[in-house]
Amino acid sequence: MLTIATGNKAVATAVRDAKPKVVAAYPITPQTEIVENIADFVSSGELDSRYIPVESEHSSMAACMGSSIAGVRTFTATSSHGLVYMCEMLHMVAAARLPIVMANANRALGPGWNVWAEHSDSLSMRDTGWLQVYVSTVQEAYDATLMAFRIAEDNDVLLPVMVNLDGFLLTHIMQGFETVELGDFIPETDLPHKIDVNNPGGYGTLTPPNEHFKFRWDIERALRDSVRIIEETESEFEKRFGRKYGMTEDYRTEDAVVIIVSMGTLGKEMEVAVDSLREEGIKAGSVRIRWYRPFPDLKSRLEGRDIVVIDRDYSFGFGGIVANEIRAKCNVKPYSVIAGLGGQEVTYDDIAEFVRDRKADSEFWFGVNE
Amino acid sequence: MAEIPEEEYILKTTSACAGCSASLILRYVTKAAGPDTVLVVPACCTSVIQGIYPDTAMNIPVYNVAFASAAAVASGMSEAFRAEGKDTNVICFAGDGGTVDIGIQALSGALERGTDFLYICYDNEAYSNTGMQRSGATPLGARTTTTPAGKTEFRKDLDAIIAAHNPVYMATACSAYPDDLYKKIKKALSVPGPKFMHVLAPCPPGWRYPSDKTIDMGKLAVKSGMWVLYERENGKLSITGASKAAMVKRIPVLDYIKVQGRFKTATEEDIEALQKSVDLGIEKLKKEAEGIC
Repeated sequence: MLTIATGNKAVATAVRDAKPKVVAAYPITPQTEIVENIADFVSSGELDSRYIPVESEHSSMAACMGSSIAGVRTFTATSSHGLVYMCEMLHMVAAARLPIVMANANRALGPGWNVWAEHSDSLSMRDTGWLQVYVSTVQEAYDATLMAFRIAEDNDVLLPVMVNLDGFLLTHIMQGFETVELGDFIPETDLPHKIDVNNPGGYGTLTPPNEHFKFRWDIERALRDSVRIIEETESEFEKRFGRKYGMTEDYRTEDAVVIIVSMGTLGKEMEVAVDSLREEGIKAGSVRIRWYRPFPDLKSRLEGRDIVVIDRDYSFGFGGIVANEIRAKCNVKPYSVIAGLGGQEVTYDDIAEFVRDRKADSEFWFGVNE
Repeated sequence: MAEIPEEEYILKTTSACAGCSASLILRYVTKAAGPDTVLVVPACCTSVIQGIYPDTAMNIPVYNVAFASAAAVASGMSEAFRAEGKDTNVICFAGDGGTVDIGIQALSGALERGTDFLYICYDNEAYSNTGMQRSGATPLGARTTTTPAGKTEFRKDLDAIIAAHNPVYMATACSAYPDDLYKKIKKALSVPGPKFMHVLAPCPPGWRYPSDKTIDMGKLAVKSGMWVLYERENGKLSITGASKAAMVKRIPVLDYIKVQGRFKTATEEDIEALQKSVDLGIEKLKKEAEGIC
């Protein structure tokens, strides 16, 4: 069914369609609309789920942990301060191998008080063991949230998935999107290590170094395997429902001399910038990173080209986070542009300008007097 | 004692200290709850008592969770079990630090939401698992490693805070009176909704008394009125067991604290203040039990 809705409504609709048994959440701007919509679905009977209105984000992830270990499909949503408040529980959930799906409305952290888009919240959770996908349209928010349940619950993954959507730029804009007839696309939740009173055991008990080490390796192995599961899931989604995704979304990269790399809603702006740069004779292309964890294999596409990375984030004292990950993985010397922090407007014209002004291996803070 | 089942859900040889009353409480809690039970345990002595992976000293599932999160994890677990049509008991078994300090927000939220679970705080009046640091439950005058000259504040009145949430059932108990403890756990688990139990757990290494005196120490706590046994069902308070006598006649608080090394630095003023707070507390409970409040 084709409908027009916000990114938040699309996520809530995907949750309705995936039928989790438990949703525990705390409202926070700009995610609030997601949990409001879910509460409505539960209250109207459209979704047969238990909605737990917790008193904090630490508790929302804790409640999700309790329901997931009990073996039921579980969802939550958060943003910014809520996400970092959950930080401890994000580690707990991934290490307990619980396939919880969470939407995160990307938002800056204070102070100063800023409710607008920035990726610093989710990128600061980079090393928790969660899979992270960044979406760029309302349709993609719906599709990615649906697929997240299947990917997370796959027995070769069994790790939580964070679906990231830019605060306001995507959470609150309205676009047309289409729901799907899910059928058996997402199988019943079958957690091999769920709590079972008929087979009692200790969960999360004191664990000595060697065993702890093995558990950490298991997480890494699952992250590596998840690339295959993501590709299989997205390819089946394409066959059934006609929409194609990938670890990245590439645009006119085949013959590109310069490739722009970014994540989230800037991805679509990059494509417009690429078209206008090509009109003026600059062979540009773009790569929008969708799956940030596991990190996509970009080396063959990026090596030997000029690279411009736009980071809506920063690692203080070090550099743009995405730029540095690309530098580390791909043997390139990118022009690192820091832009869009706290919801700063970045247009396709601005992006085209970054490309024209590019200097290899240097950093530029857009709109900041130096 | 006849009704207490012989089944054991905790091994005789655990990692607990000699004379540990927390493991005694755990033993009776699990006997009363039976095998269709999951324990949710935040960081506390019980994290250690159950042993080291891949082994476990417990014969029911135990979920070890982050310090602040026990009641919230139990909320999610209880909802999931109910959604699946299961009546499985969800019991948080948490120390005083995880309850009165870091875990109180999650506990308050779970009680307010009417979560169907039982929260048990076994109270050894300090962070005993990590070598006896002060908690919000440490009494005035007690020495801990973070109050080396004796604590200068009274303990937090956790029970009053819990009572303000109107749980369907709440009770206090003490490891020295297992019969009373067992009955209360049975009763708590017989009703749906949020239940809370606060159980005094004397701790030989932390309180600095010989490990064979754990039962005596619990009895002294009750006889002096430093710990009162009662239950509150749908808001109605009843004093239970040995505390009925303590309502009328008590041994001095000094008799309880002088046998514990942790009160070695307690001043005369501290002891007087403790005695006064015990007397006031008992008067308050007595009035409530008589319906005057």
